[in-house]
Amino acid sequence: MKNKYSIFSLIKNAFSNHENWQRAWRDPEPKKEYDAVIVGGGGHGLATAYYLAKKHNLTNIAVVEKGWIGGGNTGRNTTIIRSNYLWDASAGLYDHALKIWEGLSQELNYNVMFSQRGVMNLAHNLQDVRDLKRRTHANRLNGIDAVWLETDEVKKFCPIINTSQDIRYPVLGGTLQKRAGTARHDAVAWGYARGADEMGVDIIQNCEVKGIKRNGDTVEGLETTKGFIKTKKIGVVAAGHSSVIANMAGLKLPLESKPLQALVSEPVKPIIDTVVMSNAVHAYVSQSDKGELVIGAGTDSYVSYTQKGSFNIVEETLKAILELYPIFSRMKMLRQWGGIVDICPDASPIISKTSIKGLYFNCGWGTGGFKATPGSGDLFAHTIANDEPHKLNAAFNINRFVSGDLVDEHGAAAVAH
Amino acid sequence: MFLINCPYCGERDQSEFVSGGEAHIARPKQPTELNDDQWAEYLFMRKNIKGIQFERWNHAHGCRKWFNVARDTSNDKIEKIYKMGEQPPKI
Repeated sequence: MKNKYSIFSLIKNAFSNHENWQRAWRDPEPKKEYDAVIVGGGGHGLATAYYLAKKHNLTNIAVVEKGWIGGGNTGRNTTIIRSNYLWDASAGLYDHALKIWEGLSQELNYNVMFSQRGVMNLAHNLQDVRDLKRRTHANRLNGIDAVWLETDEVKKFCPIINTSQDIRYPVLGGTLQKRAGTARHDAVAWGYARGADEMGVDIIQNCEVKGIKRNGDTVEGLETTKGFIKTKKIGVVAAGHSSVIANMAGLKLPLESKPLQALVSEPVKPIIDTVVMSNAVHAYVSQSDKGELVIGAGTDSYVSYTQKGSFNIVEETLKAILELYPIFSRMKMLRQWGGIVDICPDASPIISKTSIKGLYFNCGWGTGGFKATPGSGDLFAHTIANDEPHKLNAAFNINRFVSGDLVDEHGAAAVAH
Repeated sequence: MFLINCPYCGERDQSEFVSGGEAHIARPKQPTELNDDQWAEYLFMRKNIKGIQFERWNHAHGCRKWFNVARDTSNDKIEKIYKMGEQPPKI
């Protein structure tokens, strides 16, 4: 049983110079066999394991991670959480996640620093105005809080935005989701890892999957760098490397993996207390609790697994940031990095069974998977445990690319691709 | 971030080019005879290789011509550039 984190445990540990904190999760060697194995120890994978153990009583399970947990896209995103997607299926999926976020710190006994500071999406041309108004109406019909703001209301909500109508892409209005916001991304992975570990889940780091053993159309286990692991159910949550794992099982996915970049500035005093996104000029910005501006850039046009990305992409984003926020003109950037995002042709995820029995994929989150972490884990756990999807992820099956029943969310994805 | 040696213009920065994705996906000769699985394969399914991948590129901000590239997607190193219509090189 793990010690509960509280103000009292904090005070108690202060007396021993914080040297006696219990470790948050074990570091086990893999067993020979598990009831299920999750491939990928990011937020989505750890959440899947957590809900498999908690809601479906599957505790003889493992998470295998080739690096360290939360070291991939979980630690590389810009931490934005929102649910203002256009279609009913997406609204159901992302709002399911947002509802879990609202009570997650209490549930996990781990402060994920969820902050409902609002997310504002800007419109810069007539088509943007029409699309965003339509999306606002669609959101409200689905019970998602969304309001349209005129230019002066945008200025009132976030005073540092340049709303002059003389700039190249003037602000013509925007939408606001007040329940949206940010969370501490590392804490999400650590909180789920701690919770899953407590229920008996083995989290095995530095363990890379090298092959998937099949007997006909059924999976038998995984070849890993720590030996063979026998299992009847494999849930793959490998983000940018999903296609690599799929190829091991002889499957092809409708994905392309591309670098997506982000950057942070030097820390400054509080200047922006919300998240502002602008799809048309491709700039979005928020401020971390440390005071750094967190800026999201776009994807490169080519497939790459390098976690770098091109300089011209960052340059375009910073141009747009400077036009919208002239106050940042002398701000220095501290760090820039890239993550590899797996993008579906319809910019919606895949949470699905496959043609191989016992092999499940949760992938295709593209440029916006962080926001869905708790919901994605919950629904993927349901899909693995019951061998059929939950009604909230039924539309996100892999067969939609055959039937043509796509969920086109290019408009609601904040990154144009 | 890398340089691409356009077969028509010479070496230029990658930002002048646009990637056209996986190469050698042949357009179906008899589209009316394809079933839904075959359409899905043609339209959506991609190898998305980590390693050497054959791709189409377009010199969008230059000569605007298309050509093929064999590139290692794990380090962005270009192994070979060859013209449209040519067979992929053995690497």
